Amino acid sequence: MKCARQMALDVQNGDTSAVSVLEESLAQIRSRNEELNVFLYVDEEGARAAASAVDERVARGENVGSLAGVPVALKDNLCQTNIPTTCSSKILEGWRSPYSATVVDRLLAAGAVPVGKTNLDEFAMGSSTENSAFGPTRNPHNTSRVPGGSSGGSAAAVAADMTPLALGSDTGGSIRQPAALCGLIGVKPSYGLVSRYGLIAFASSLDQIGPLTKTVSDAAIALEAIAGHDPLDSTSLPEPSPSLVAHVEDGVAGKRIGVVRELIDGADADVVASVERAVEVLKEAGAAIVELSVPEFRLGLSAYYLIAPAEASSNLARFDGVRYGLRVKADDVTAMMEATRTAGFGEEVKRRIMLGTYALSAGYYDAYYGQALKVRTLTIDAFRRAYREADLLLGATTPSVAFEFGSKTADPMAMYLSDVFTIPSNLSGEPAISVPFGTGEAGLPIGVQLLGPGRSEAQLFAGARVLEIADGRP
Amino acid sequence: MSLPDGWEMVVGLEVHTELKTNTKMFCGCANTFGAAPNTNVCPVCLGLPGSLPVLNVRAVELAMAIGTALHSTISPSTFHRKNYFYPDMPKDFQISQYDLPINAGGYLDLPDGSRVSIERAHLEEDTGKSTHLGGSGRIHDADRSLVDYNRSGVPLVEIVSGPDIRSSAQARTYAAELRGILIATGASDGRMEEGSMRIDANVSVRRTGEPFGTRCEIKNLNSLRSLVHAIDFEAARQVEMIEGGARVRQETRHWDENLGSTSTMRVKEEADDYRYFREPDLVDLVPDQAWQDRVRDGLKPMPAERRAVLTLRLADPAPALLDALEVVIDLGLDPFVVAALDAGVAPEPAIARAANEIASDLDGVDKLSVESYVATLLMEQRGELSATQSKTVLAEILANGGEPTSVAASKGFERLASGALGEVVAQLIEENPDEWSRYRSGDEKLAQFFIGQVMKLTSGQANGKEVIAELQARR
Repeated sequence: MKCARQMALDVQNGDTSAVSVLEESLAQIRSRNEELNVFLYVDEEGARAAASAVDERVARGENVGSLAGVPVALKDNLCQTNIPTTCSSKILEGWRSPYSATVVDRLLAAGAVPVGKTNLDEFAMGSSTENSAFGPTRNPHNTSRVPGGSSGGSAAAVAADMTPLALGSDTGGSIRQPAALCGLIGVKPSYGLVSRYGLIAFASSLDQIGPLTKTVSDAAIALEAIAGHDPLDSTSLPEPSPSLVAHVEDGVAGKRIGVVRELIDGADADVVASVERAVEVLKEAGAAIVELSVPEFRLGLSAYYLIAPAEASSNLARFDGVRYGLRVKADDVTAMMEATRTAGFGEEVKRRIMLGTYALSAGYYDAYYGQALKVRTLTIDAFRRAYREADLLLGATTPSVAFEFGSKTADPMAMYLSDVFTIPSNLSGEPAISVPFGTGEAGLPIGVQLLGPGRSEAQLFAGARVLEIADGRP
Repeated sequence: MSLPDGWEMVVGLEVHTELKTNTKMFCGCANTFGAAPNTNVCPVCLGLPGSLPVLNVRAVELAMAIGTALHSTISPSTFHRKNYFYPDMPKDFQISQYDLPINAGGYLDLPDGSRVSIERAHLEEDTGKSTHLGGSGRIHDADRSLVDYNRSGVPLVEIVSGPDIRSSAQARTYAAELRGILIATGASDGRMEEGSMRIDANVSVRRTGEPFGTRCEIKNLNSLRSLVHAIDFEAARQVEMIEGGARVRQETRHWDENLGSTSTMRVKEEADDYRYFREPDLVDLVPDQAWQDRVRDGLKPMPAERRAVLTLRLADPAPALLDALEVVIDLGLDPFVVAALDAGVAPEPAIARAANEIASDLDGVDKLSVESYVATLLMEQRGELSATQSKTVLAEILANGGEPTSVAASKGFERLASGALGEVVAQLIEENPDEWSRYRSGDEKLAQFFIGQVMKLTSGQANGKEVIAELQARR
């Protein structure tokens, strides 16, 4: 399958049509979806209408946009008008959103063609897509392995050539970790760069929407299309969408890149080897390498697993059976709410709601949630110090390549550790990108991670592009 | 009603007022009362998955105006989530303010000379409205509940007083004065019957000089009458309990207007962990000095100031006028009264017509100019309109607009020529010789008989005083 950039050029130039690009995408979905369980819903009718509209605009000689005719997969926690949005949860059974997320409107405005909704860990809580109420997604590189999570469906859609572009959401690594495990570019933008309006919240202060693609330039095109101020999201940054595509080939000459021990220690040897090779590549490209230690990053995981569940316990309260989704009948309204939530939420979601409720409770707030907020401040300060010595930071995205189904489901802590390298950027609200770099155990892809200060996306793309070229994808 | 000797009540009030904004607090839905259920709703105020709140700047300005009028300190503030499950609260949390309210501290001076401290006046969103069918009309034994989310997300300010109130009368005065301030700031229409101002009362009792007792909170008092009765009942109940050797339990109580009593809603200790935390979907609210100054400069005169202006013109108002005077101040109708007094209208009609006729049709107040009010009352004073006719003219202008002279003419309220009135009276004397002779021999009650007959013959166009003058001229 062609990359999104080429696809859009071909559609705009009339070398191919959006409809035929879409049919190719739908054919690939039909041939592999049963095996991989990537899409929970394929909107053939809506996609065909959107593709035809693109073709008509091309025929009228209009400049359709940077994503003209590009099929896009949406993680199923993004609302799109009139089609189901489930968050991979039984509790949203039958619900169709009456409105679309801002990112969906912006994709459409850029000419993209949303084809359907992809599987995820229920309410984005997980690192393997095994927590979906609708069964796990399989890793296209090796179907006995997980694709990562929670945006596992979106990652698998791109890795299996169903669409060249997918959107995911990243609360603690949920874009970057599956991108690494599926051999893709995955971007967690600066907090506030992309509107969250229409993203069903997991942890509001950490969530960001971002792209998963096969190439760095596709990621830059997609992020340009969806970024920029949105008056419907109060936490949206006031600036317009930044210029990213223009800087993809800027390189890293003269940049200081900090190699952070805490973002490597504990990773498997094959992953460490990839990071070390990435260091060499960047050095060769003219970057100055700085060895750094940021001990505060070790505290991130604990803080994250208090802050995220605390916010989630409140965000998920609205799923009570009163207005939409599942309702389990009972004698009175309180019993109905209890029965609905008991039947509608899966184990991991319940675990986190209880964890978060406890962390916010009177008498425990200071010891848990309050303490976690202090650690978050420490993490932000630690990043600030690190960025005095380096322009960008480098580390692993995940401790290991894609793991076997069931290997971590019995031990939540082992699963939570999958996010140890990605969480600090969510706590600080700063951007990070995972880029495929080499392969490891069983020939599976490895991702390395570049991190930068707020709104440094252009520099991250430039760094990622250097690694992409060196990894044999010019 | 007063407590037994040696006892004192301690009362603090929490007043919730709906802000008179065009749109809701966090979305663009219309903020109106009385629309068909669930018509002023959108993804945000329905709490649909993925929706996000955006703060209404006008709501912030009105909250700042209230704070300024109450001498509060306007401070950088934050929003918190108050988490609890209830079907009329679509997100199952309420966006409110917690440790950093927009208005902190302050006070309200009452007309009786007392001062009640203000602890805070913070912003929050209203919930939807539940109607419980079957059972007692409350949720626990309802067959079915219906929820109207039109009210969901309507901006509220909650004004919390200190525990400074010592009688139900003082509580009433405080609530009335506060209502006057809310109307004056433009923050609220003060209509308690529509729920735009609701009061919770914290009531405890103590023997004079002792520390505060255990308090009970009475929820949702919807009129000044209920406020007074509920506080009196609750204080008496607590005194009786303590004198009977029992202890007051801290709890939330419900006031039943029909029974005239309070009853337990829920015991405080067993619930109420709201798990407050910062609302991550909103940013901090930091009103700069220039904004605060603009709000302060835009404030109209408060009730106390307007009361002073009025009393200056009333050397010694009749006690019967005092209540009407308070209505005028509360509702902000004093410009009408001041203008009428300055034009030479007597105090009684100048105040009463505003407190009765205008107050009973506040929706129409924009249709009645101060000039028209004064002109109507002067016509009445000159005898060109009877009192009844004057009221009818005002009511007509409030309902449909218009100028007093043309409205009076269109109603046929033209003064009878005095010659014409004399003819009518003479005719009636001739037709009713018995009544006339009794009147002549001193039975003054019969004047009313003749006035009635004159009114009948003239379709109400005559003036009673002039009829009596005609009768007396012939006596």
